[in-house]
Amino acid sequence: MNAVIESAEHTNGATNGVAAAPIPWAGRRHVLDLNDFSRDEVLQVLETADRMKEVLARPIRRVPALRGRSIVNLFYEASTRTRVSFELAAKTLGADVVNVSATGSSVEKGETLLDTVRTLHALGADLLTIRHSHSGAPYTVAAHVDVPVINAGDGTHAHPTQALLDAYTIRERFGRVEGLRVVIVGDIAHSRVARSNAWGLHLLGASVCLCGPPTLLPPTTIAPAAEPPWPVEIDMDLDHAIADADVVMPLRVQLERQEGNRLASLRAYARDFGISRQRLARAAPGAIVMHPGPMNEGVEIDADVAHGAQSVVQSQVTNGVAVRMAVIYLLMAASQVGSKARAPAQHDRGGRREPQMEVRA
Amino acid sequence: MTRIRIHGGRVVDPAEGRDEVTDVVIVDGRVDGFIGQEAGGEFDRTIDAAGLVVAPGFVDLHCHLREPGFEDKETIATGALAAAAGGFTTVCCMPNTNPTLDTANDIAFVYARAQAAHGARVLPLGTITRGQQGRELSDASELAGAGVVGFSDDGRPVWDGRLMRYALMESLRHKKPIVNHCEDPEIADGGVMNQGRVADLLGLKGQPATAEDVMVARDIELARETGGRLHLAHISTEGSVALLRMAKRDGLDVTAEVTPHHLTMTDAWVLGQRNGKASGRPYDTATKVNPPLRGESDRQALVAALAEGLIDVIATDHAPHRSIDKDCTYDEAAFGISGFETALGCLTRLVDDGQLTMLDVIRRLTWEPCRIFNLPYGRITPGLPADIVLFDPRAQWTVDAARFHSKGKNTPLDGETLRGAVVATLVGGDVVYERGTV
Repeated sequence: MNAVIESAEHTNGATNGVAAAPIPWAGRRHVLDLNDFSRDEVLQVLETADRMKEVLARPIRRVPALRGRSIVNLFYEASTRTRVSFELAAKTLGADVVNVSATGSSVEKGETLLDTVRTLHALGADLLTIRHSHSGAPYTVAAHVDVPVINAGDGTHAHPTQALLDAYTIRERFGRVEGLRVVIVGDIAHSRVARSNAWGLHLLGASVCLCGPPTLLPPTTIAPAAEPPWPVEIDMDLDHAIADADVVMPLRVQLERQEGNRLASLRAYARDFGISRQRLARAAPGAIVMHPGPMNEGVEIDADVAHGAQSVVQSQVTNGVAVRMAVIYLLMAASQVGSKARAPAQHDRGGRREPQMEVRA
Repeated sequence: MTRIRIHGGRVVDPAEGRDEVTDVVIVDGRVDGFIGQEAGGEFDRTIDAAGLVVAPGFVDLHCHLREPGFEDKETIATGALAAAAGGFTTVCCMPNTNPTLDTANDIAFVYARAQAAHGARVLPLGTITRGQQGRELSDASELAGAGVVGFSDDGRPVWDGRLMRYALMESLRHKKPIVNHCEDPEIADGGVMNQGRVADLLGLKGQPATAEDVMVARDIELARETGGRLHLAHISTEGSVALLRMAKRDGLDVTAEVTPHHLTMTDAWVLGQRNGKASGRPYDTATKVNPPLRGESDRQALVAALAEGLIDVIATDHAPHRSIDKDCTYDEAAFGISGFETALGCLTRLVDDGQLTMLDVIRRLTWEPCRIFNLPYGRITPGLPADIVLFDPRAQWTVDAARFHSKGKNTPLDGETLRGAVVATLVGGDVVYERGTV
């Protein structure tokens, strides 16, 4: 833990070891979505990620902070960058990492999610990261099994670590997040990235606009006299929305979700909502383009934009490791303290960190 | 000759317009008459009902008893007992079993099992279409002859408007209700909860209220054209209420039911917010039910429609499931709430809140369901079977699903405190349930 902690001590001017250092996430049990995060907690991620980036810049990218700890990445859905990112993050922190995917595990034999998680818990997992195609799956796990859970993307609901790495990348480019205008474009209705970014970027003071065709916007955002359930504005006209945007974030058109004829054609989508160089020229000077990946080049983003000077897509991926290191590190620190200080939060309905879904207007 | 006296209770019988403290005398399973509290006489048993409401036994037009085929969820025996524990003396079970109740043999099986059960009377409905496949009509004459009380493909809608039209035509002959679960499957599009703010927040696929509304509208117009006997199962939306109002104004032979859960819960419960408090947890699969828990304006419209008599009856849609059907993600979880044993407690809350009167609630649980399904129960009348419930409208109790008589422990009310507790239930003069003794 020394390398990380030395750095922390230096930053904080503290003289004690980890036990006496303030625990930034004290009481936090899980990372399920950003809607139950405070602004301070998010800032603590960004600051910790700065230090993790230093670790990643070293010739030997390994610290012993989580030596002897087991982290299981349980992925029920295909993923390249998120899975590898979580794996590298945990390994860089010195943890033992086990990857379990739906294929090639007992899931194929029909084992239920909860039984799989109970098994992994019994095998000694200290932390679970879960990617699942069903919204709320990490909440179900957190409610039934006494193990810290990080949501690595659940259905169309949330992807908190993606939103944190997006915030980190924005802050890295602009030096701040506050006051920036962020336009997220595309299949908002099915986007866990958009939902989590709506909470996270709002906490940090950005204004967020969700833009897409009406069939791909969450129904309550377009209903007559509707108020969006997030602190965002809604726009169906990209040419209008993109004006003065500091950050433009096209989302992947989820081809597998278009069976219901929500779109006339991909061509029509690209024409109206694709990020082309001409469209990007309407954004604010110095605007950046982000994408959570994987990209459909030529659909939601033109290749020359995706790989152009304004694109920070590769930085997002790189930063993802540092941000996930920070999240894992902070949660493990908090849960170690928490497990000594208080009884397990399981079935603790009144507990502050029970995964409540607090609505913020 | 067996003589039973129910002593000192407040007898509330909407059918007879009775609401007074009096004693009920039962002779050989039938109501004999009423006597004063001070009157003498020899009785084999006197049941003390002081402080209790004595009402006709509740009649549920809509429940799922799962037998044959899903006996691990419920059996006719466990369901009949659970119903009695909820104060029900007659329950009408849906035919979405395996096999579905398509033939006279299937109906005879249910009646045989019901005969052997100890609890509420069980009366089956038959399917509208064979196997509930929505392709060809079941033999309604055969089923009517075997004693079904109605027809339904409940669990799924009769999607094909032509078949629904023919089914309504057939009802002119057998005079039994065609009970449709109104849900346009394309509009519902696999939604697992109500479409609305909560579904958007949770990233769960929503069923728009319009999925129900459009099929209610279709069925009402088909009932208008054919003159058929239409009963709308578990309506849940403001739109359905408006359409029902039109149908009744136009004098159509259309009736409707609403469940205790749609009267008392909303989709905020899926978010973990109950009655304005964050007392549950998000994605609690116990809240997954079809039709889904709707918005607050829908709930209020349903309560108001019930209070004014537009909605005819309260029915539980008791839908028991195994724990593994619910211990999973929200998308995977089965639809349904185990409803018999919490129905009275839910409805008492509405009475306590002043939104309904106890007389209304009892009427919509007794006389009205019997009237619209043409059943010879639902009143405390000399000569009729003594189907009677005794309940304490003030008793508080905390729901402990593990102690349900139903095999289905699936209720979002687990741990909630309710008022209104069933003390005893008599079916044909037999005490089939007594609190604390079963």
